[in-house]
Amino acid sequence: MSKFKKKKGGDLPAINTASLPDIVFMLLFFFMVATVMRDNSTMVENTLPVADQIEKLKKDRTMFIYAGKPSSQYSNLGTEGRIQINDSFVSLDAIQSAILEYKATLNEAFKDKIVVALKVDEKTNAGIVSDIKQKLREANALKIMYITGKKKEE
Amino acid sequence: MAKRAAPEVNAGSMADIAFLLLIFFLVTTTIEKDKGILRSLPPIEDDTEPPIIKERNLFTILLNREDRLLVEDEEMEIKDLKQAAIDFLDNGGGVNAEGESCDYCKGKRLNTEQHGDRASSDHPDKAIITLKHDRETTYGRYIEVQNELVAAYNFLRERESQRIFNRSFASMLEEKAKNQFNKDEKLNDDIKRIKDMYPLKLSEAEPDKN
Repeated sequence: MSKFKKKKGGDLPAINTASLPDIVFMLLFFFMVATVMRDNSTMVENTLPVADQIEKLKKDRTMFIYAGKPSSQYSNLGTEGRIQINDSFVSLDAIQSAILEYKATLNEAFKDKIVVALKVDEKTNAGIVSDIKQKLREANALKIMYITGKKKEE
Repeated sequence: MAKRAAPEVNAGSMADIAFLLLIFFLVTTTIEKDKGILRSLPPIEDDTEPPIIKERNLFTILLNREDRLLVEDEEMEIKDLKQAAIDFLDNGGGVNAEGESCDYCKGKRLNTEQHGDRASSDHPDKAIITLKHDRETTYGRYIEVQNELVAAYNFLRERESQRIFNRSFASMLEEKAKNQFNKDEKLNDDIKRIKDMYPLKLSEAEPDKN
């Protein structure tokens, strides 16, 4: 029965670690891709209010509107709340065209389901928010989401 | 000279380098998920007569420029708002548009005939919360109020879903979100049933311009 005899001694062969870098690189690429570098810098102060009754946002059909007082870099613009869409300050009247523009880029299936996410600084006056909402109604973008932070458990 | 075979590069430290990078990206990654309070705005309709709503079916919240709350003509702290809203919604003092009384409400059933001025809403179906804020109210406060109101609705929906389906409403919504591509009719119906029991009726008045 020598067929089943071990050929070598009891030494364990060393584990081949040559593929370890590949695995690690794979993970690395995953995280590199998943990392979101902030794509548009905010030009307004943006400390979000907190809430605990919150839902997740569906990103694929969302347009962001920022509002708040201009950040220190733009302090020459005063301290009144301003609206920012994409990378520039806009006036109230520009919201409607911005919505239409965004709608045009959307997939056909999502066109009527557009959600406007409002990222508004918690210290802003609520008046500007109601102005924005009025413009959104005129633009027929009726779903909005007030983006908030998560409230810390007490 | 005879050609020498190139010595093999030692790739053992490659893993270390890769790990270093990996850890860097692991630490800096914040898989960003925006969350918030979802709302639908009313569409613009021209010249429609506002429907006549009985005072007892209205829960009026005023939020002034100093961020103070006036609820049903009384000043209130924000921590009491949720309970007040629950009491109002869950009152069930009368009947809904179809003439059915609210048999699942657990409120005090204050109605005009017996309780006069203390009367509260007839039916969750008819109960409307109206929120009016000043232009100078801070947005943070405004969201706090919205949050409390949503919490009141969620509390009631949660209670009913526990009673009827013996599971939490949140878990039903979660399951729906998870299976968004193969629709589960029964689940959708269940969710709709709960939502219809306490429909979210929130009217927001435009702030005064002055």
